[in-house]
Amino acid sequence: MLIKNINTFEDLLNCTNKNNLNIYEVCQIIESQENEISEKTIREKVKKTLDIMKETIKNGLISKELSTGKMTGFDCDKLQTYYKTQSSLFSPNAQNAILYALATAEENARMGRIAACPTAGACGIVPAIIMAFCDNEEIQINALITAGQIGKIISNKVAMAGAIMGCQGECGTAAAMASSALVCIKGGNALQIISAAALTLKNILGLVCDPVAGLVEVPCVKRNAFMTTNAITGAELALSGITSIIPPDEVVDAMYQVGTFMSPQLKESSEAGLATTKTGLQICKKMQEMYFNN
Amino acid sequence: MKKKTLFDVIGPIIIGPSSSHTAGAARLGYLAGKIYGELPKKIHFKLYNSFAKTGKGHGTDKGLLGGVIGLSVDNPQIRNVFELAKQSNIDFSFEFLENFSRHPNSVDFIFDGNNGKMEISGASLGGGDVIIDAINGYKFNINGNYPTLLLIYKDKPGMIYNVTVLIQKQNINIASMNCQRKARGEEASMAIYLDSPLNEETLKELSKIDEIYFIRSLEEIC
Repeated sequence: MLIKNINTFEDLLNCTNKNNLNIYEVCQIIESQENEISEKTIREKVKKTLDIMKETIKNGLISKELSTGKMTGFDCDKLQTYYKTQSSLFSPNAQNAILYALATAEENARMGRIAACPTAGACGIVPAIIMAFCDNEEIQINALITAGQIGKIISNKVAMAGAIMGCQGECGTAAAMASSALVCIKGGNALQIISAAALTLKNILGLVCDPVAGLVEVPCVKRNAFMTTNAITGAELALSGITSIIPPDEVVDAMYQVGTFMSPQLKESSEAGLATTKTGLQICKKMQEMYFNN
Repeated sequence: MKKKTLFDVIGPIIIGPSSSHTAGAARLGYLAGKIYGELPKKIHFKLYNSFAKTGKGHGTDKGLLGGVIGLSVDNPQIRNVFELAKQSNIDFSFEFLENFSRHPNSVDFIFDGNNGKMEISGASLGGGDVIIDAINGYKFNINGNYPTLLLIYKDKPGMIYNVTVLIQKQNINIASMNCQRKARGEEASMAIYLDSPLNEETLKELSKIDEIYFIRSLEEIC
């Protein structure tokens, strides 16, 4: 089967309906055609990525090492202690989702090995959702490919870079991908998968990128945890049959427009927001003194 | 915008925390190291603008040096590269500068060693994409996405023909190329981006052409 020109969510939905295929199957066919590799090879490569994601979570759960900027690295441990000693507000799956996101994002901040998804700063969200809600490897692979296809379509219009689109382009995109992955895990159909992405994206429009001292630590690490709950909510709504009143492709258009209107000071330049709070500036100054003096 | 593939979106495997400031830096270092052609005795890095301002906290310095000594962007050893480089007796140093005529994430590599002195410049463009834009003052456009042949040679008639005919002999398609000279009859540079890598025999033939001063064949890096 030849599949061409899947550039929008509308194209994707039409294609799945017309050919009676799942989104991950459509993605496998496209990737196989464009890169002249077999679908089996694609799935093996995705499995390798999953393995790295699992390894990162495992490392993150154990390590208490501080990050390079020393602002993070200790919160995953706190959360685990809390789970052991107190009653959580979340279901066990959701507990693991925020925990795994934190574990991955902290590993990233301490120069651990990670799978960018879609970026390094947003690397915790998709793996956390997949590993917290599913332990069947084949379904995990389907879910990660689904997330990838959603990310590909968003990236056709929106740069996945904080410096260009703000954090909505990084953690926002990741949350939409994770939400779709979760619907896939739960056996939802293509419309529900795409709706989950759109609903989740609508909730992150305008999200700024204002990292303290320019580092991928504050607020990035904790934001990875927060974004998993955004993804879960999007998936829950979509699975109930709720759809986005604004069609998914128009939501992405809106995201692009918001990204271009956003001041450059709020896009990874650390010239506003949390980065220029009194404490943010103090941390930045301290860090530069520390580095430039030795 | 270049269309993304599945594996651009899920999991370029890298050492964190930043695709531009850590992974991009490691990729730049790796390319620069391959262009120099062997481990340097001495390497000085000049980091500019955002690379200078936030580079330490992002491990940009470790990424650059890791790349130069041949570590790939997903090698966890990047974290300990200062110790590794010291063990290999590589003298390394960093300088942090501001120059707004340069790209926000720019770096100059100043190599010294058995292959003489060489200055290489590049920038990290975001999402792990990079460009090496100058070697010893010659302009290039090297991103590591293709097998690449780099030459510096005497500007004279027939040189491009002499080179491309050998590539044709190996039946390799040229994706793109650029040439540049300092002045008529003086030194010139050529970068040829290929669809598949050159074999040893072609490289040997190339090295026999008179008045080619510098040859490097770079592999595509994932």
